[in-house]
Amino acid sequence: MESALLVHRLHFAFTITYHYLFPQLTMGLAPLIVYFKTKALRTGEDRYNKAARFWAKIFGINFVLGVVTGIPMEFQFGTNWSHFSQFAGGVIGQTLAMEGVFAFFLESAFLGLFLFGEKRLSPKMHWFSAFMVFAGSWLSGYFIVATDAWMQHPVGYERLANGSFQLTSFWALLLNPWALWQYAHNMSGAVITGTFVMTAIGAYYLLSKKHMEQARLYIRTGVVAGLIFAVIQLFPTGDGQGQMLAKKQPATLAAMEGLYTTTEGAPIHIMGQPDVANQKIDNPLSVPKMLSFLTYKRWNAEVKGMDAFPKEDLPDNIPLLYYSYHIMVGLGTIFIAVMLLSAFLLSKKKLYDAKWMMWILMLSAPFPYIANTAGWMTAEIGRQPWLVYGLLRTKDGYSTLVSAGNGWFTLLGFMGMYTILSILFLFLVYRQIASGPEAAETHTKEAAVAV
Amino acid sequence: METLWFLIVALMLVAYVVLDGFDLGAGAIHLIAGKTDAGRTAIIRAIGPVWDGNEVWLLATGGTLYFAFPLLYASSFQGFYLPLMIVLWLLMLRAIGIEFRAHSTSEVWRGFFDVVFCGASALLAVFFGAALGNVVRGVPLGKDGLFFLPLWTNWRVGPEPGILDWYTVLSGVLALVALTVHGALYIGLKTEGDVNTRARKIASALWPVQLGLTLLSLFASVWANPALATNFKRWPIGVAIPVLVFASLFAMWRLHAKGNEKYAFLSSCAYLALMLGGAAFAAYPNVLLASGDPANNLTIYNTATGAYGMKVGFVWWSIGIVIAIGYFVFLFKMFKGKVDMAEGGYGH
Repeated sequence: MESALLVHRLHFAFTITYHYLFPQLTMGLAPLIVYFKTKALRTGEDRYNKAARFWAKIFGINFVLGVVTGIPMEFQFGTNWSHFSQFAGGVIGQTLAMEGVFAFFLESAFLGLFLFGEKRLSPKMHWFSAFMVFAGSWLSGYFIVATDAWMQHPVGYERLANGSFQLTSFWALLLNPWALWQYAHNMSGAVITGTFVMTAIGAYYLLSKKHMEQARLYIRTGVVAGLIFAVIQLFPTGDGQGQMLAKKQPATLAAMEGLYTTTEGAPIHIMGQPDVANQKIDNPLSVPKMLSFLTYKRWNAEVKGMDAFPKEDLPDNIPLLYYSYHIMVGLGTIFIAVMLLSAFLLSKKKLYDAKWMMWILMLSAPFPYIANTAGWMTAEIGRQPWLVYGLLRTKDGYSTLVSAGNGWFTLLGFMGMYTILSILFLFLVYRQIASGPEAAETHTKEAAVAV
Repeated sequence: METLWFLIVALMLVAYVVLDGFDLGAGAIHLIAGKTDAGRTAIIRAIGPVWDGNEVWLLATGGTLYFAFPLLYASSFQGFYLPLMIVLWLLMLRAIGIEFRAHSTSEVWRGFFDVVFCGASALLAVFFGAALGNVVRGVPLGKDGLFFLPLWTNWRVGPEPGILDWYTVLSGVLALVALTVHGALYIGLKTEGDVNTRARKIASALWPVQLGLTLLSLFASVWANPALATNFKRWPIGVAIPVLVFASLFAMWRLHAKGNEKYAFLSSCAYLALMLGGAAFAAYPNVLLASGDPANNLTIYNTATGAYGMKVGFVWWSIGIVIAIGYFVFLFKMFKGKVDMAEGGYGH
């Protein structure tokens, strides 16, 4: 049955990784669109409305893909993780149902108004519908993060004799400290994706000498917001998340950092490969004592290594966890550098003419996607071998009656379906970019029939 | 409290079927009633601003079911693994169809996506009906409340059934016909001219079929699962439900013949609600019937979450649903009336 467990894990991992490509952009773009609408309302300048309209198109395409790939996620709790649902549904079902009732209805209703209602609504009401789309997508994100946070750090529950979890405190579940840090870190990551995509398209237009005025607006907005959030991503949110990890999931921290033995004044490995067989890091490039300082704010603090925990309680794929974590942190650092440099050039009024920087900004767009994906892989592979940390093991949660063969069949089905989705998605986005912000107005007539 | 949540989930399901039902039905008749490219565009425009919101009811209902009756969710989603995955793919194909049709400029691809949209809509209606048929007929639940059903069977109803047998296929066909009529009445309500005429003709032609299948499925249900009659014997008032089902069918016929589009559509809403209500009434307090030993039935009592969870859930659910209904009323008001083809769709 081991292979069935693996298939079910791959099934969920594949579908959720693919799904999250879309919400991270919609959640990241939503506040930027609200910014454009606010400026339009305040200044009355049409370029802000034009920008909002263009980005609403990109938002709309991503939103539909997010919904379409999101529905399978809810299904899979039952279809592929039946025993987990049976035990934990009473608790995490709360946040999942709240997402449906509070966030989805809000988001879908106001998105319809925002996309199709500009002429029917007053400017203020149209601003309001943009704001509500933003509120809905961020609320939706919170309920999902709170659900994951309960699996990472279970609170407000009791366990019955039959093994099922029952909720005992609604507010403990909703205000889980893990959820607050993870949410801040995750949303800031989403905004980074939004800003990098925005600057990339702006840079593309500038390089191709099209839509220059709009392009400058996208770049300026993207760079300023991008710098702010790239810094927030590191401190305080990344730092806060790391300290929480040290307290609640020390085994995960040790595995992420590749710390095999408990050490005082533990170093941080910037590079190197985990050597699982020999329990060490090969060819490390390390900063001494840094890990102790970052975790406990003392240079000589003791950090627990993987040797301090029973093997069956350690994450089951240490190299993948280690690489995911290091890719996330490495990219995060590069993002700060790129945005800092761009902001410096912007302040010197040299950014728009710096062709080389435009190329960097344009080609940077995929990397926040990689960083966000790697971040989630760090969180979820780091939680292993638990489904509910310390309480329910992953191997006790999957649907035992669904055979490995059925699992493979549907996993391959999803891979095929998502390949088609990807092709269609790229085609639509490409066409939107090619037709540009000037055309956004006329195209809506055609697009107005579907969200 | 368990009964209250049973009612809530049932009501949300009714809301989903009534709302998404009309756009599924509209999708099923899309090719025939639309006929020309312009006609098909009119149909898509009639459901364009709302289909996505309607589908959210499926997610919200699923989420509510998940938290109120975790064991039921766990058991049925595992047991219906294969058909649910097919439903997921159909939902995706349908969204692809409607979305890409709108963005295609080439006639060839528009035609292709029209067929995808129409086919996926019709098949979804059949699958939803078959799913309900499975729940009503019963599934081979074990002592642990779990089961797994194969897709294909020998087409007989028995203690070891599969997803598709003569009874569930009958339910699927009935669902297709009922939702098609529902969708046709909606399209009649929302359009003018040729599309309107064709949609009305479809509703007229299918009505006798719907009547016949409803009658047939009533007897077939009791034959396939005699336990369904128990509640009607215990609370004879329940007999009013089938009576009202037929009353709503006849009201629909009369109003439709008179050309009262709005009330004909509302009668169809009532019909769907009553059909589901009847199934819920017959099943209560069971939520999933065992085809073998009735001791293995899943009931609202052995699948529900704890008392505290249900209590706080009721607080936020009440607040949330009032707000949500507010959105929907506002949204439907914004886009009310017939689709205006000259204006070039909604807004902008």
